[in-house]
Amino acid sequence: MHQFLQQVFSGLAVGAVYGSVALALVMIYRATDLINFAQGEMAMFSTYIAWTLVNAGLPFWAAFVLTLAISFLGGMTLERIVIRPVENAPVLAAVIVTIGLALIFNSLAGWIYTYTVQEFPSPFPDRPILGALITTNDLGVIIVTLLMLLLLFLFFRFTSTGLAMRAAAQNPVSARLCGIPVGRMLAIGWGLAAAIGATAGIMVAPVLFLDPYMMGGVLLYAFASALLGGIGSPVGAVVGGLIVGVTENLVGTYLIASQLKLTVALVLIILVLVFKPHGLLGTGIVQRV
Amino acid sequence: MSKGFAVVVPDRAAVSQYAGLSVGAWRWIGALIAVALAAALPFTVSNYHVFELTMVMIYAIAVLGLNILTGFNGQISLGHGAFFAAGAYTTAILMQRYGVPYWATVLPAGLISFVLGVLFGLPALRFEGPYLALVTLSMALATPQLLKYFDNWTGGVQGINLAKVVPPPGLGLDHDRWLYLLVLVVLIVAIRVAANILHGRTGRALVAIRDHPIAAAAMGINNARYKTLAFGISTLFTGVAGSLAAIVVSYVSPEGYGMFLSIAFLVGSTIGGIATISGALVGGLFIEFVPNFANDISDAAPAALYGLAMLLFMYAMPLGVVGSLAPLFTRWLRQARARGSGRN
Repeated sequence: MHQFLQQVFSGLAVGAVYGSVALALVMIYRATDLINFAQGEMAMFSTYIAWTLVNAGLPFWAAFVLTLAISFLGGMTLERIVIRPVENAPVLAAVIVTIGLALIFNSLAGWIYTYTVQEFPSPFPDRPILGALITTNDLGVIIVTLLMLLLLFLFFRFTSTGLAMRAAAQNPVSARLCGIPVGRMLAIGWGLAAAIGATAGIMVAPVLFLDPYMMGGVLLYAFASALLGGIGSPVGAVVGGLIVGVTENLVGTYLIASQLKLTVALVLIILVLVFKPHGLLGTGIVQRV
Repeated sequence: MSKGFAVVVPDRAAVSQYAGLSVGAWRWIGALIAVALAAALPFTVSNYHVFELTMVMIYAIAVLGLNILTGFNGQISLGHGAFFAAGAYTTAILMQRYGVPYWATVLPAGLISFVLGVLFGLPALRFEGPYLALVTLSMALATPQLLKYFDNWTGGVQGINLAKVVPPPGLGLDHDRWLYLLVLVVLIVAIRVAANILHGRTGRALVAIRDHPIAAAAMGINNARYKTLAFGISTLFTGVAGSLAAIVVSYVSPEGYGMFLSIAFLVGSTIGGIATISGALVGGLFIEFVPNFANDISDAAPAALYGLAMLLFMYAMPLGVVGSLAPLFTRWLRQARARGSGRN
């Protein structure tokens, strides 16, 4: 029983990271209606930026905030320059462009920082608490994720920019008629997604260690989380992430060897798409012919 | 959905005759010259180049498979490397475990990939647009893992070493040139089969489903059947290519069939022209030669170049090299004919 609970709690920490990346995917999906296959690599690159800043002697949390700011600006720039031209193009074009972006980020990281695995400092001490049920590091990751969710909720609920962003995502034409700069809102959406991804990357790097392929598996589980939660639902993304994280940990402990980690994600994705295509909290889309 | 990727159907009626011969006859003459040149090519270059050119043709067959599915039918696959692996491992296991001669393993490899493709195509019917891309992408990521896991069949991390092909005696051909000619024959058959499928009733059905699934269904096309069939045919091509690759390289190992291979097919497809047949050859050239050059610059350069090529082609030339140039060529032919008839 104790081992079971331990696995559940460490699953929640991993799930918080999956949920954050899933949240970033959902932000972009809602804003620009496309799945960003480069999300994982963007987060990985942000983590390298944080690593550089920490190595340059900045205190951890200063580096953290600075990285989020850089990622936010970077995400906005990407939307403006790279994504804008394919916003109304066929699905295939958007898929190819984001995959190309993922390759570019991956190789850029390899080029600048080499493919050597690097250690990443953790902001939290790593010791077991609560009767060895959870480590302080895992608890820290969960708290940071929940804080981030709360801030996002407050932003979307109580600021005028948040309201404008929701309007732009829901009905771009009407939003534009009301004087909302829709293009800028979409760019902010990408910026936020990049910053959320950066948080996830920084939180997971001390555990996974930093290398250009760090986020491959995480992205896959984040896809599964986003689909499970319902791809249009931010709360669903985090809930999905937590469920997927716990499931992955339990399956890995009790059922299937961990060498098949990615295969478990594949099976999860297929199962969700076949049996619950709109996810737990998503709404079905009715298309008018 | 993907109306940007129109198929180039040459306007046969408009260019029915040129210089006294029908366009059909010109096509045959052109094709024969091309085949003769391709068959003569290996005797003018070094062994290593022969090997490289063989790989170009193999990649072209794989990309052709992807074009049928993604270009003509609009189902996005980012995981064709998995079917390439299925073909390669079928060949490797048949040769090494059961002592089947290499030439007899190509067809079974294709058939197994066909069956896998159909099985995968059935749930894929429910995945639209980006979701299918997502599922196939996860398949590409999971492939090396699965190959390593079933190690009593696949040889695990070490992979499987295959016996080197011995060319039939009496032809005076060495190993590399024999395989080159063998792959050339398969490539010609593959192009011919693809052309027959795509230029006929099936091809029109596939394109109709891609451009407007509801209208296609209203016209009486069985969407589910054709989409599953497209998946099977596509993976058959890619599986055959994988089998040939295993024979030519005489080695298979899990790391060769990861994410990067699947993306390479997509890049080749994009650059050649995703809704074309002959674009696959351009794609094959790109996949084989660009990483070779790029590796001299840096380890990271091939992936960087792939990524840049994807972005640039999507912005500047979304129909690919062949997809953009073929209509120009057709127009030039028509104008030439108009000039010719004006003089007479």
